[in-house]
Amino acid sequence: MWNFISPRIVFGEGALDVLDDLVGNRALIVTDKVMVQLGLVNKVIAHLKKAGIQAEIFDEVEPDPSVQTARQGAQMAQDVQPDWIIGLGGGSPIDAAKAIWVLYERPDIEPAAIAPVGELGLRKKARLITIPTTSGTGAEVTWAIVLTDTVEKRKMGLGHPENIADIAIVDPEMAAGMPPGLTADTGLDALVHAVEGYTCSWHMDLTDGLCLQAARLVFKYLSRAVSDGQDMEARERMHNAATCAGLGFGNAMASMAHAMGHSLGGAFHVPHGRAVALFLPYTIEFFAPQAPERFAELAAFMGFPNTGDEKAARALAYQIRDLCRKVGNPISVAEAGIERKAYENQLDKLVDDALNDTQMVTALRTPSFEETRQLFLYAYEGRPIDF
Amino acid sequence: MAFKFPSDEWVKEFARQINSSKAYEESGKDWEGDWIFTVEADEAYPKTVYFFIGLYHGKVTDSAMIESEDAREAQYFMRGSFTTWRKTIEGKLDPIQGLMTRKFKLKGNLMKVLRYPRSAKELVNCVVRVPTEFPS
Repeated sequence: MWNFISPRIVFGEGALDVLDDLVGNRALIVTDKVMVQLGLVNKVIAHLKKAGIQAEIFDEVEPDPSVQTARQGAQMAQDVQPDWIIGLGGGSPIDAAKAIWVLYERPDIEPAAIAPVGELGLRKKARLITIPTTSGTGAEVTWAIVLTDTVEKRKMGLGHPENIADIAIVDPEMAAGMPPGLTADTGLDALVHAVEGYTCSWHMDLTDGLCLQAARLVFKYLSRAVSDGQDMEARERMHNAATCAGLGFGNAMASMAHAMGHSLGGAFHVPHGRAVALFLPYTIEFFAPQAPERFAELAAFMGFPNTGDEKAARALAYQIRDLCRKVGNPISVAEAGIERKAYENQLDKLVDDALNDTQMVTALRTPSFEETRQLFLYAYEGRPIDF
Repeated sequence: MAFKFPSDEWVKEFARQINSSKAYEESGKDWEGDWIFTVEADEAYPKTVYFFIGLYHGKVTDSAMIESEDAREAQYFMRGSFTTWRKTIEGKLDPIQGLMTRKFKLKGNLMKVLRYPRSAKELVNCVVRVPTEFPS
């Protein structure tokens, strides 16, 4: 027995118009200052006005939102008493919106205890809308919440199925302004979601199709979207790919590339998509000797050479590194600009945090502490995994 | 040689598997907290039974089949039906998925449990390694 959970998804050009008919009194828009500066918040407010809904703005969300930010937002929600919370932006504001919503309705809960057990009893005070402006984290359609513990410098994988959005608005015009670097980082995040959702130990029939299609869309359209941000076909297909991948991995799970990427991001603030995409090929090579089949199937679906075995899995890893290069992203931790001594000083913590990340539970082959150290070192140097 | 489930011999073998596991020793090296596992009666087994496992810094301190949840002091409690436990022991149900679908219920400091998913996974690996004989 398992569940497949999705919000209502309104997608395509003009999807934002759905706000015109929203029923409610007050909305709290959870976002960051960049969204305000770009005018995207005003776009949303204009639609809410048509619906007669008053909007307040919490724009304090930082990249990799902290527990403290979630608490501040929840305090504002207590003051505003919204009946809609709207997460607008990339993964950070959207995850923060989910956490703020939970803490608004359940101020008795510790953020670190927001977990998929028991009942939260949400939707007594408000409901959630998510509007992604990157293509993307898929956060608009998942129940996952990633918050950063700034004391331990560690990302925490939290969330409960109840805190999935009621409505996800996937309008490609909201992502059209992304600069090339952000397009690349977030597009690669979508690819990692698709690959890990398809290959993790919790993969399932209901998510496999979504993951396959998402991977195919990313390989076909990401380079175009990076090299020409005005290519609206590429923008729209990437925006859809991110949502497909989000539904896929959000209902299956992510895996070791995310565990390692969270760990690196927590310590060195590498953007999430850049970090997980960097580690993905190394994790594929690590899994390949034990469980090559799913990677080989994925490779075959995308028309890559497929011998059905470890060679095919390694060929997929090669294609992923090639895509990273094409869009200007690093394929080793050294290329990501992290100084070796600083990296080695943090190595034990990196390993510990990765091994204790919730995404590690679905790894096809669980590494020992020493193997995880080696994985991080090989990834620093850009050496394909050979153990 | 298979161990009858549920029995004191079974839980002692589970404890032996844990203490033989280098992976658990490594992943559970900071864990402090004892568990009571409740196997609830259902149509496949008529009696509710209880197991105690004491865990400290990567090792089992004590293990026993006990008379009730109150028979020993523990910090963590996990309850599920006999059928749910059987599926877990047979490797057919991931207990983390079991928790998420409410087949298992957990009581205790959730934040602490969430901090150690790797050791939880290795405990599951250990339970699957116990050669088990179920009542027909």
